[in-house]
Amino acid sequence: MRIEVRGISKRFGDFTALDDVTLEVGEGSLTALLGPSGSGKSTLLRIVAGLESPDAGAVLIDGADVTAARPQERGIGFVFQHYAAFTHMSVRENVAFGLRIRKYSRAEVRARVHELLSLVGLTTWAQQLPAQLSGGQRQRMALARALAVEPRVLLLDEPFGALDANVRAELRRWLRRLHDEQGVTTVLVTHDQEEAMEVADSIAVMNAGRIEQVGSPREVYDSPATDFVMGFLGPVSRIAGRLVRPHDVSVSLISSDGAIEAMVTRVVHLGFEVRIELELGSGEPARAQLTRSQTEQLELARGDIVYVRPPQASLEPAASAPLTA
Amino acid sequence: MSVIVLIPLAAVLVNATSQGLGGFWSSVTGGVALTALAVTLGASLVVAAIGAMMGTLVAWVLVRDSFPGRRLVNALIDLPFALPTIVAGLTLIALYGPRSPVGVHLVYTRAAVLVALMFVTLPFVVRSVQPVLIELDREVEEAAASLGASNATTFRRVVLPALRPAILSGAALAFARSVGEFGSLVLLAGKVQIASIVIYADIESDATQSAASLSVVLLAVSLIVLFLLRRWGASGAR
Amino acid sequence: MRVSRRAELSLRAVALLYLAVLLLLPLGVVFARTFEHGFGTAWGWITTPAAISAFWLTVTIAAIAVPLNTIFGIGCALVLVRGKGRGRRLLDTLIDLPFVVSPVIVGLALVLVYGETGWFGNWFLRHGIRIIYAPTGMVLATLFVSLPFVVREVAPVLMEVGDEQEQAAATLGASAWQTFWRVTLPAIRWGVAYGVVLTTARALGEIGAVAVVSSNVAGSTLTLPLLVYQRDSQIGPQAITSAYAAGTELAVMSLIVLLAMTVLAPKGAKTR
Repeated sequence: MRIEVRGISKRFGDFTALDDVTLEVGEGSLTALLGPSGSGKSTLLRIVAGLESPDAGAVLIDGADVTAARPQERGIGFVFQHYAAFTHMSVRENVAFGLRIRKYSRAEVRARVHELLSLVGLTTWAQQLPAQLSGGQRQRMALARALAVEPRVLLLDEPFGALDANVRAELRRWLRRLHDEQGVTTVLVTHDQEEAMEVADSIAVMNAGRIEQVGSPREVYDSPATDFVMGFLGPVSRIAGRLVRPHDVSVSLISSDGAIEAMVTRVVHLGFEVRIELELGSGEPARAQLTRSQTEQLELARGDIVYVRPPQASLEPAASAPLTA
Repeated sequence: MSVIVLIPLAAVLVNATSQGLGGFWSSVTGGVALTALAVTLGASLVVAAIGAMMGTLVAWVLVRDSFPGRRLVNALIDLPFALPTIVAGLTLIALYGPRSPVGVHLVYTRAAVLVALMFVTLPFVVRSVQPVLIELDREVEEAAASLGASNATTFRRVVLPALRPAILSGAALAFARSVGEFGSLVLLAGKVQIASIVIYADIESDATQSAASLSVVLLAVSLIVLFLLRRWGASGAR
Repeated sequence: MRVSRRAELSLRAVALLYLAVLLLLPLGVVFARTFEHGFGTAWGWITTPAAISAFWLTVTIAAIAVPLNTIFGIGCALVLVRGKGRGRRLLDTLIDLPFVVSPVIVGLALVLVYGETGWFGNWFLRHGIRIIYAPTGMVLATLFVSLPFVVREVAPVLMEVGDEQEQAAATLGASAWQTFWRVTLPAIRWGVAYGVVLTTARALGEIGAVAVVSSNVAGSTLTLPLLVYQRDSQIGPQAITSAYAAGTELAVMSLIVLLAMTVLAPKGAKTR
């Protein structure tokens, strides 16, 4: 089930949430809408769902224009950041909700609910109320609930945002596996670039109501279309007028052509790697990432003067990039 | 909704001025009307003030103190809400009337009116202050104590300001309720002139225009209180 | 604040004494007076034909007014909290009116509109509908004065619950009615219950507006509160006792309601 948004714009009072956004989501893919708060990613998702209506533009699901359709009519599944669990219904009744609305027979409801509860690993919790579940469990229930009615499209709005870090990591992997098994076209909204990179087939990086780049995780990391994309996908330092990733910075005790003088302000041992915090001659901070052996070889310590250089191969941001996933 | 609320109230206004503004004015200032207004408003202010104080005290004890039967006492606060006002009046006659078991004869005096109004308005301040007191961050008081403030000072400068919007809104509600109170007063007011009773008497004796005029004044007072309440409610903690 | 033991005890004493004198003492005296001449006499006073019909009239009026105001209240709360549009602030203010308007004024207002010489009175009379001096008017009066309670209890609950569950229901295919019935209503049910109890208490005890609108005829327009008023206004030693008996009957009814209020009250009771 393909999703297409064309020329979507949305304003809330004076604030422009989305500015002429166009995007295509391929059938069966898992696409992440990645960006900081206020970038418009949640708004875009909700417009696709029909929970908000755009001021201009169109939403197409499988080629059909659904812009005027209500959420009930779009065949979507939606998962909210704070679960939106029906607090007065048991886990089983929550999952069965969509099926009951569609007047499935009792036997069908029972079978399908059982199937889904096994899928998300909540069978023993079927009779419990959402309040008795942990956050991660509640979100799995929400997913089961959304999948129960076999949606054409699954939309997740920062689904792991309210969870602890380790639960988040676990559910992330679980979601990817689920997607690989079920194959439903999925769009995930997140501000966590690590999450997007780990889970998605394709990432649409958004900023201030616009899409800055669309591409695979590798593409957006290695060939960022704009400074913003580069800076958002990972830490960067500005050295000799270029944006450089810490692991691409060359650190040497000897000066060379194109190198900048810098002073080591901190050496942080992060277990397997070492982060070198630097202050450039201009006063600006920079960061380099080295292996332990490299650090030992250079015998780096606080106060040392070193010479840093961006890598030889150019990592210049490309002037423009295609905007299709 | 308009059928039941707005249109009838508009009719009162129209009737009040049916004999022109002059007629309205003379109805309001003539005879017992003015006295009744003065007495009613005065009593309501007193009741609101005392209620603010005692209500806050009761709320404090209910929230901060604990003793056997506290839940029961807490439930009792709602008694004036649940009890029909006429019964409230009746109980006060029983206690303070001619056959009073404690020998106190207040009935037919202003004191009786005050007591009746205090009964009826008890829950307003208490229930307004209670939730705020419960939500109050004790750490702020502890900080004040650690900085050397005495209990009285802490109460005056830390707790009271936080409670003020709730106390004010409770007192305003108590005032508004007192101004219009009828059921508990009709039996024990006697010679004391109460606005609502005067209105009732006027209606019963077909002096509709006087009744309407006095009503308009009371309505105006009520509306002013309503607006004040919304302003305080908006600026206070909610 | 760490209050000294002495201060704590004196505050407690003052508060409890105040409450006892203000609330309990009067009630206690009425109960005592009611049963002064024995339970039989008291029972006799509340089983006279007038008393029995007064009881039923009071209950009937409440039975009509409470459900109507409940439906209205839930609807209003939905409009106020989930709705959009300018009229909401006005609606919000209007709903508070019954809290601040004196009940006799309510009665007067209804007479002026629906009475014989009232604005619409003629129209109704011509169609054989008697409003003023008839139970219908008393229902209207009771509707007015008990209007706000359900709204005011349900609205905060609606706000707290938030509309995400309703959005979720929409994405799962539920229509507006299905969403309301299966998701919204269960979420607010305690607010509704408490509001209903408050409305009932108010409806049972109403006297000011009803006194104006009623013709005080036993059997047709005399409610229990009016009966108490009537009896107390009579002369004779029996009068006050019969009034006490009816008053006690009302008090017992309201104590039952009070019990329900206590059981259902939200923490700290944000009541008005």
